[in-house]
Amino acid sequence: MKRIIFYTNQFFGQIGGEDKAYIPPRIEDGAVGTANLFKDKVEGEIVATIICGDNYYAENIEECREFISREVERLRPDLVIAGPAFNAGRFGIACGDVCSFVNDKYGIDTITGMYIENPAVEIYKSNTYIVETGNSAASMRKAVPRMAALANKILRKEEIGLPEEEGYIPKGIRVNVFHEKTGAERALDMLVKKLKGEEYRTEIPIPVYDKVEAAKPIKDLRKAKIALLTSGGLVPYGNPDHLPAATAKFYKKYPIKDIDRFAEGSYESVHAGYDPVYANENPNRILPLDLFKELEKKGEIGSLYEFYFVTTGNSTSVADATRMGMEIAEELKEAGVDGAIMTST
Amino acid sequence: MELELRKIYIKDIVFDEKTHVDSGVLYINREEISKLILEDERLSEVSIDIAKPGDSIRIIPVKDVIEPRAKLKGEAFPGIDGVLDEVGRGITYALKGCAVVTTGPIVGFQEGIIDMSGPLAEYTPFSKLNNLVLSIKKKENVSPHEHEEAVRVAGIKAAHYIAKQCLESEFDESETFVWNDLSVKLAEYPDLPKVAYVYQCIAQGLLHDTYFYGRDAKEMIPTLVNPLEIMDGALVSGNCVSAGSKTTTYHHQNNAVIRECFKRHGKEINFIGVVLSPMTTVLNDKYRNSIITSRIVEMLGADGVIQSQEGFGNPTTDLMMICKRLENKGIKTVLISNEDAGVDGKSEPLPDGTVEADAIVSTGNSNANLHIPKMDKVLGDLDALEHITGGFEGSRQEDGSLIVEIHGIMGSHNLQGFSKLGAVTK
Repeated sequence: MKRIIFYTNQFFGQIGGEDKAYIPPRIEDGAVGTANLFKDKVEGEIVATIICGDNYYAENIEECREFISREVERLRPDLVIAGPAFNAGRFGIACGDVCSFVNDKYGIDTITGMYIENPAVEIYKSNTYIVETGNSAASMRKAVPRMAALANKILRKEEIGLPEEEGYIPKGIRVNVFHEKTGAERALDMLVKKLKGEEYRTEIPIPVYDKVEAAKPIKDLRKAKIALLTSGGLVPYGNPDHLPAATAKFYKKYPIKDIDRFAEGSYESVHAGYDPVYANENPNRILPLDLFKELEKKGEIGSLYEFYFVTTGNSTSVADATRMGMEIAEELKEAGVDGAIMTST
Repeated sequence: MELELRKIYIKDIVFDEKTHVDSGVLYINREEISKLILEDERLSEVSIDIAKPGDSIRIIPVKDVIEPRAKLKGEAFPGIDGVLDEVGRGITYALKGCAVVTTGPIVGFQEGIIDMSGPLAEYTPFSKLNNLVLSIKKKENVSPHEHEEAVRVAGIKAAHYIAKQCLESEFDESETFVWNDLSVKLAEYPDLPKVAYVYQCIAQGLLHDTYFYGRDAKEMIPTLVNPLEIMDGALVSGNCVSAGSKTTTYHHQNNAVIRECFKRHGKEINFIGVVLSPMTTVLNDKYRNSIITSRIVEMLGADGVIQSQEGFGNPTTDLMMICKRLENKGIKTVLISNEDAGVDGKSEPLPDGTVEADAIVSTGNSNANLHIPKMDKVLGDLDALEHITGGFEGSRQEDGSLIVEIHGIMGSHNLQGFSKLGAVTK
C-alpha cells in the first residue's frame, strides 16, 4: 500500500479559525479534517495529517520545514498532498512551500490545489503539481476528485499528461515530445487556420523578458576601475577548465594583471558559434585587452580590474545567462569595479 | 518549369567491383570513391564504411549528410561539382533511403552525432538511412577554411558520382513538380490564399555557411528562388555546428516546408514563391535582409508566409525582425524554431521575441539531456565529443555511455520542420 502524508491548516484541520492561526505544526495519525474527503478516493493510505497555523508557517518557515523533514524521514511517504488552499494567500504559501520543499529535498512527489489567482501559484507552480480549483471552499466537492485523480496517476507512476488534460496549472516546464505530424505539417496547419481567421495555438508563447535598468554613467573615467568581460569563449590555450563550446552553464575568470595583450597561441576561442580563426590569430579582437592596457597607461581609465570574466554565449538558456550575469555583477561590485566592458560574439 | 524526380529506393549498400544499383541494392566500388575524393590535393586519407539502420555504430563528428542525386542531362549541385548551369528542370534521379555522410577529425568545433541504433536513433532522421560514411583526413598545413571546403566538396562529389552511375537503372517511383510563373499561378487558383516561404539560411563563417549555386551566402542579399532548383542541389550546407538546429544538404534537398507547400498547393493554398534569406552576424545585414525579404514577399502579393530558421541565438533576431515586418504589412506569418529552455526546461525558451510572432511551431528543447549507451563501433573521432555543443566535460560515463544534449544530435530539431520532435509546456 502506498503511503501518503496530508498537510492542512488550523481551519481545515478542525482546530479553529483565525484565532488559531498561530499554532505550531503538529501531526496526528491517519486522516484528519479535509484528508477524510480523500481517504476513499486515493489509492494509498493517508498515514498521518500534519496541521499547522497559517501565520505560524509563514513566520517560521525554517522551523516548520524541520518539523516536516523529521516526519517525512520517519514516515517515508510516497506522496504528500496539501490543501487545497483555494484563494487563501497564507495557506497557499504554506501548501506550496511544503510541496516544493519535500519534492526538492527528498524527490518525493507532491500535489496541492489552488485557485489560479492565488499568489502562491506563481511562486510554486514549477516545483509541484497545483490542481486548479475554484476560489473558495464551496468548490471543495469538485476539487477533491480532480486532485485525487492526479494523485492516483502519480502513485501509479503513470506518465502525467498535459496540464489541460490532467487539470493542473502548467508548471511552465518545456518538455520534449514526438508529435504525430512533422514540424512543417504543423506549421502549414497553423498557417491555414491563421489565414482563415480560425483559432490556432502557438507552440511557443513569446516570453516577457526582464528589463535591466542601465547603471548611471561613470562621472570620471580617470578614476574608474574597469573590468573586461566576454561571452566569446576566450580562454587560456588548452582550455584548462573545460569551458564548453556551447550551452555553458558557468563562467571563469583569468588574471590579466601581468600581461599587456592576449598573445596568439597563449589564448584561444572555444566558442562553437562563430568562425574562431581570426580570434585565434589575434585574441584581442574578441576582447581588446591591448587597447585597455594602453588606456590604463595613459591614465585615461583609472585602472583595469586584474581578472577578465569569460563564458561561452552560445545557445545558453536565458535562465543560465541571467544567473551568471547576477553572479558576475556581485563579484565585480565586491571588487569595487565601477564599470565593465562586455564583448559579445 | 518542370522537374521529374525519379526515385530509386535503396534497401542495402554493399561494397563491390562496380558502383551501380540493382534491385534496390547499392553497390559501391570503394577504391573508385576513394580515388575521386583524393583528387583534392588538400586531403590525405579517406576510409569508407557502411552504417545501416540497427547497427551498433556511432558516427561523430558528422560534417554533412547528402542524398545522392544526379541529372539525366546536365549536372546537379551547380557551382560545387561539374559544369555550372541552371538546375530545377528536366529529370533528376534520387537515391532514396540512403545517404553519403562525411566525418573525420574536426575542422573546428564541429560535432553532430548519428547513432544507428539505441535511444539517440529516434532523434535523427539519418539513423533510418543506409549510410556510406566517408572519414576524411586533411594534409598538414591545410587551413581550417580549406579543410572545411575540401570535406564539403568531397561529400557532394561522392554523392553526385554515385547517383550518376545509376542513371541507366530502373526507378521505383516518379514525381513531377511544376513551377509556373506568377501570372499562371494567380489565374489557376484565384480563390486560394497566396503563400510564400521565407527560407532562412545561416551565413556566418567557418562551419556556419551555406552555398547557393556555389556562392557563399554571406555575399548574398535575399533573393527569389525556384524550389525545384533546391531539389537539384542548388543549396549546399557548409554548416554543422550545433548540429541539432542546422540544415544538412540532405535537409535542403528534401526541404520539409517546400514538400508540405507542394502537397497543399491547389487545395488549401496557392504556393507562389520562395525567398532565400541569409542570416549573417552583422546588425546592418539583419536590418537590410529583413527589409528586402519582407519587401519581396509583399511584391509577390502573399497573404501568408511560412518562415524557417537555421541556427539559434542571433538568427532568432533575424527571424523576429522579418516576422515583425511581414505582420505589419498584414501578411500572416508562421515561424518554425527550436528552443533553448535549459536542461530543466524552466528557462524562457527563446533569446529574442516580438509580439507579432504569435504563431510559432516548436521543434523541441535542445538543452534537454539524453543518456546514450556505448556503441560497438565509432566512425569518425570520439575525442570530438567533449568539444561539442551537446557534449560537455564529464559527458563520458564510466560504463562508456554518454550524456549529450539534444543539440549535438544531427538534425534532431531541424528548423524546416523535417522531424516530429517538439516541446510542450507541462
